[in-house]
Amino acid sequence: MVATTETINQVKTSTDRYKYGFSTEIEVDKAPKGLNEDIIRFISQKKDEPKWMLDWRLEAFKKWKKMEKPNWAKVSFPDIDFQDIYYYAAPKAKKKLNSLDEVDPELLKTYEKLGIPLNEQKMLAGVAVDAVFDSVSVATTFREKLSEVGVIFCPISEAIKNHPYLVKKYIGSVVPVTDNYYTALNSAVFTDGSFVYIPKGVKCPMELSTYFRINEKNTGQFERTLIIVEDEGYVSYLEGCTAPQRDENQLHAAVVELVALNRSQIKYSTVQNWYPGDETGKGGIYNFVTKRGKCLGDNSKISWTQVETGSAITWKYPSCILMGNNSVGEFYSVAITNNAQQADTGTKMIHIGKNTKSTIISKGISAGKSQNTYRGQVQIQKGASNARNFTQCDSLLIGNTCSAHTVPYINQHVSNAKVEHEATTSKISEDQLFYCMQRGLDAEQATSMIVNGFCKEVMKELPMEFAVEAQKLIGISLEGSVG
Amino acid sequence: MPMLEIKNAELSIDDKKILKGLSLNVNEGETHAIMGPNGSGKSTLSYMLAGRDGYELDNGSITFNNIDLIPLSPDERSNLGLFLAFQYPVELPGVSSTNFLREIFNSRKKYLGEDELTHLDFIKHLRKVAQNLSIKDEMLKRYVNYGFSGGEKKRFEILQMALLNPKISVLDETDSGLDVDALKIVSEGVNNLKDKKNAVIVITHYQRLLDYIKPDIVHIMSDGKIIKSGDADLALYIEKNGYSEILNEQN
Ligand SMILES: Nc1ncnc2c1ncn2[C@@H]1O[C@H](COP(=O)(O)OP(=O)(O)OP(=O)(O)O)[C@@H](O)[C@H]1O
Ligand SMILES: [Mg+2]
Repeated sequence: MVATTETINQVKTSTDRYKYGFSTEIEVDKAPKGLNEDIIRFISQKKDEPKWMLDWRLEAFKKWKKMEKPNWAKVSFPDIDFQDIYYYAAPKAKKKLNSLDEVDPELLKTYEKLGIPLNEQKMLAGVAVDAVFDSVSVATTFREKLSEVGVIFCPISEAIKNHPYLVKKYIGSVVPVTDNYYTALNSAVFTDGSFVYIPKGVKCPMELSTYFRINEKNTGQFERTLIIVEDEGYVSYLEGCTAPQRDENQLHAAVVELVALNRSQIKYSTVQNWYPGDETGKGGIYNFVTKRGKCLGDNSKISWTQVETGSAITWKYPSCILMGNNSVGEFYSVAITNNAQQADTGTKMIHIGKNTKSTIISKGISAGKSQNTYRGQVQIQKGASNARNFTQCDSLLIGNTCSAHTVPYINQHVSNAKVEHEATTSKISEDQLFYCMQRGLDAEQATSMIVNGFCKEVMKELPMEFAVEAQKLIGISLEGSVG
Repeated sequence: MPMLEIKNAELSIDDKKILKGLSLNVNEGETHAIMGPNGSGKSTLSYMLAGRDGYELDNGSITFNNIDLIPLSPDERSNLGLFLAFQYPVELPGVSSTNFLREIFNSRKKYLGEDELTHLDFIKHLRKVAQNLSIKDEMLKRYVNYGFSGGEKKRFEILQMALLNPKISVLDETDSGLDVDALKIVSEGVNNLKDKKNAVIVITHYQRLLDYIKPDIVHIMSDGKIIKSGDADLALYIEKNGYSEILNEQN
């Protein structure tokens, strides 16, 4: 949720070099720099929001002004001047490209590497594809199919207007405004994001992804996502397929809230591939995100699966609050850092209900001069009798100049709870590399193969098409990490 | 002009000389056997040929079809058609055997400028090749070498050899760990791949493998050198009498 002067400048200068961007094509409609009540009113007005929403924002802003920036994460970056940021910048219509020939060949090369089919390449690159692949009609059929079963899937700005009762009831109920410095800021200035509502007993007939949403409407830099699943409902949500994120040089600034009611299930998968900066650490995205799910109902379940390969700095801890009895929280994570990237990521599992269960599988891979920290908290509160947690954190080092850290916090207030923690650190083995290369794979293919094997337990949690993409992405992000 | 020519190879590991002026010529169509006491440098020779990191020559030369191998990386050597069946195959946890095999198969096809096989066609091809080596489908679903028995690992090496169809293969104690039936199946597999254009070097301690894979030339290696070469009878002689007499002859 934070844009620093530094970052804005870095992003600007790196725009020329960031081979995946083409922000020059985009004209921007923006509010003046800086943050004050007027800017917030401006945003709210632009979004045509009801008064209660504006009041909520202003209240958040008041609180934010009194808060301190967190500094406990193992990341370092220049101080942030919040008055030197644009808080509202909506892209005007993109310049329409007529054929793939007009698209940056580097971008196409990346798509090709990712194995994205040609039609989708066109769509992602913003080429008019009406004749071949009608993105509008795809979006439409897809909306119709969802509304048939009563699923609501729309931009949050739309939900605020059309489903105020739901938004009012749940926004800020999982991630309180003042949870941390960045959530307060986000609450004051969020500009867009997704809203999902799954009614009672409905199993969402398709995987929902921001991929479609983004193509429907460009999302802003302070995203806010809210997913609510009623009793016995189910949804699988995919965030940010890699390619569309490549084309934006904005900062990732999100709050994600999930609410799972009785016997419902939410599966939230992310593949994050923001611009990581160059080999020397210049440029790149600061990715400070607060994601949290609340298992409010009994026997509910929330799973987070994430593959993090991009960003200069990642600060992200998708968490579960296990309130309902017998509720289940899961966290599967692969975090890859190369060159000068810094990642401080992990999860929090807060056990409140009886017989609650959580599983944490974290795979950190560091290469280059990067830093990779796993930070995990398991809290077993009074009353969470019979709670169970299993945590496994594995780190893989490639080369000698990177580092991996594991920081587990365990607070246990119940005697019959069981908390298990396993951690390993290994280096990519010469034997394995040589074995693969003897069979004709080059050093990069070999490394990617071994690393993918190392991440298997997490990758198998991803939906099929996402997994294929993530696998290729791992290969791409490790390029240049082996001799 | 031999297919593989090793001239006066010297190699040390941690300042300890392991290969001490080893020369070997292998022609197209030939099968060679290398025997020799434990620690004489046979596996070192195979790693050196495959271009393993840390196994660079101090002196000497190796050429393959007239190409200098020394500056080439392991994958480049593999692409030229050099295959090594490891004495101790390496486990790749999390890497599915089928995926691994498809990857190496298609990467070879690509190098040769041939069409890669689709997933389905590859599976069909793989099934056939695996069946010939009595490898069950179930094994192909497991991770590469992970938890394989000693014999399964060796069979898996030959399966890879069959898929890659190399020009020259070095089989480092492929017979060790194989039961009697498996030894026969694996040897037949190797023999089926053999033709006039390729060559095989088998490293072994036992005649029983050579009963199936008939060598044209047998070399005795000791202390980093080939000290004696002969025909298939030399192996029979070793089987009966051990190395001592030949070693003594040397001194
Ligand atoms: N990495 C190493 N570090 C130190 N010594 C080594 C290393 N690798 C091999 N050696 C030594 O080199 C010598 C040759 O080893 P090598 O494995 O080539 O023998 P070998 O002929 O294959 O033996 P075996 O029949 O037991 O397989 C041995 O003395 C061994 O201890
Ligand atoms: Mg050996």
